[in-house]
Amino acid sequence: MAPALITVALVALAPIAWTAWESVHLHDLRMPWLGQPFIGLANYREALADPRFLEAVTHTAIFVLLTVSLEVVCGMALALALNRAMAGRGLLRAAAVLPWALPTVVVALLWRFAFEGPQDIASSGLMQLRILDAPVLWFAGAVTAWVPIVTADVWRMTPFVALLLLAGLQQIDPSLYEAARMDGAGRWTQFRAITLPLVAPALLVATLFRALDAIRVFDLVFVLTAGGPGTATEPLSLYAFAALMRHLRFGYGSGVSMMMFAAAFLGALALIRLIGAGHFEREEA
Amino acid sequence: MRVRTANAIVAGVIAFLALAPLMVALVASLTPDARLFDAPSAAAVRLVGDHYRALFAERAFWVPIRNSLIVATATTILALALGAPCAYALARWRFRGRGAVLALVLAMSMFPQISVVPPLFLLLRAVGLIDTYPGLVLPYLTFAMPLAVWFLVTVFRQLPVEIEEAAMMDGASRFTTFRRIALPLAAPGLVTTGLLTFLYCWNEFLFALTFTLGPERHTVPVAIALFRGQYQVPWGEVLAAALVATTPIALLVLAAQRRLVSGLTSGGVKG
Repeated sequence: MAPALITVALVALAPIAWTAWESVHLHDLRMPWLGQPFIGLANYREALADPRFLEAVTHTAIFVLLTVSLEVVCGMALALALNRAMAGRGLLRAAAVLPWALPTVVVALLWRFAFEGPQDIASSGLMQLRILDAPVLWFAGAVTAWVPIVTADVWRMTPFVALLLLAGLQQIDPSLYEAARMDGAGRWTQFRAITLPLVAPALLVATLFRALDAIRVFDLVFVLTAGGPGTATEPLSLYAFAALMRHLRFGYGSGVSMMMFAAAFLGALALIRLIGAGHFEREEA
Repeated sequence: MRVRTANAIVAGVIAFLALAPLMVALVASLTPDARLFDAPSAAAVRLVGDHYRALFAERAFWVPIRNSLIVATATTILALALGAPCAYALARWRFRGRGAVLALVLAMSMFPQISVVPPLFLLLRAVGLIDTYPGLVLPYLTFAMPLAVWFLVTVFRQLPVEIEEAAMMDGASRFTTFRRIALPLAAPGLVTTGLLTFLYCWNEFLFALTFTLGPERHTVPVAIALFRGQYQVPWGEVLAAALVATTPIALLVLAAQRRLVSGLTSGGVKG
């Protein structure tokens, strides 16, 4: 079985080690005559001094905070709805899973059509609901360009959060609610006193899972705004991608990638601690 | 009775929210370009298949479909073949640091893909695999294999260990037990894992964008994302392409949603 473990280690660790090595060297594919001299932490220092990098950090943080909190709230509502026994629940669950299973590129295009297509569905819909007075050019504004991005992500990932929470909800003993009803607890009290604390572990895991995924957002923004207008919606992965594949600065791009990796690694460690004890250390099947 | 009505309303709202964007796209993809600029109306519109015809006749959309099928299938088979022994070892073999290895596997499937782009690009360029099928399958394995291992560990752990112990008592080696006993018993789990891996490969974008150069090797998501018209976005064809890319996924979800969901949640949360 040892070869199996070596394969895992090789696939997992070798590429990251290589990225780390690149990140402390000067490596510009456009200027091969420079070679690849060791330059210490210069790539990292350059990134931290670049306003565009710092903006990308802010954009990523805003995206993570907004989408994850919206998805957790909407996911909780969806999970509670799906948890009620009702006719056609299987079909309903399939409908709810579908957005999650779609290619991200397709999700992005569906929402770009809604916000930017010739029919301008988003603006006209909001005007009919009297939320807007006049059509909005969503993709032209530095702030409004975030609306389609966040909407698309929430639409796509809410079902995933809901499924994780549903697994938690289904493990709650129904007799608890019965007892609470006997004692005269209303629906809201039941939710606060029973559901919320008991589903808290699943809630925490779902939140971290989503946050880790949101940090690396790429496809959605690439298709919806390409980081624009200007660089107003450029997240870290798009910034790193530009450094690597557009400017061919592999040392610098690797430095940026390593910082993203470090952030994700810390999050993953936290997540593993949470799922932790039970899953990793248990001896019995 | 009131509860039932309330449930029906909730179900209706959920189904509407989940499906409305797809329905809008479906109608638009069947609407002639000239009518696409009218305000959306409930009035009967003549639906036509022009955009779908153009997609295959003029844009050769079958090329990216072929590429995606080849790459996703090859990656799935390799990930299962390499991942199953790893997962079995991790599920059954007790050794120090097993928890750490499992944690590493889980962490790998969550790392930002961009952080392995530099080494993969340099490697593929050095061996001349940029813009080839192996040049996509290899990078895909960096996420597909950990994913397969992670799901399969759960699958193997749920098998009754007694059957395997009996086989070994009768003189079967560890490997024979794995091949002849555990693997056939795990078949349903292998299928679910295969479906999930295929789904991830079919949807992948960043690697396919980075490691291919032209339409001849583009996968479906890349082809759709880089769709350009001469003067404006050809929305009819773009949405037709998006729906064609969605069809296999929709069928897969409908056919296997129960198992996909339990696979996802058991791998993710429950122990």
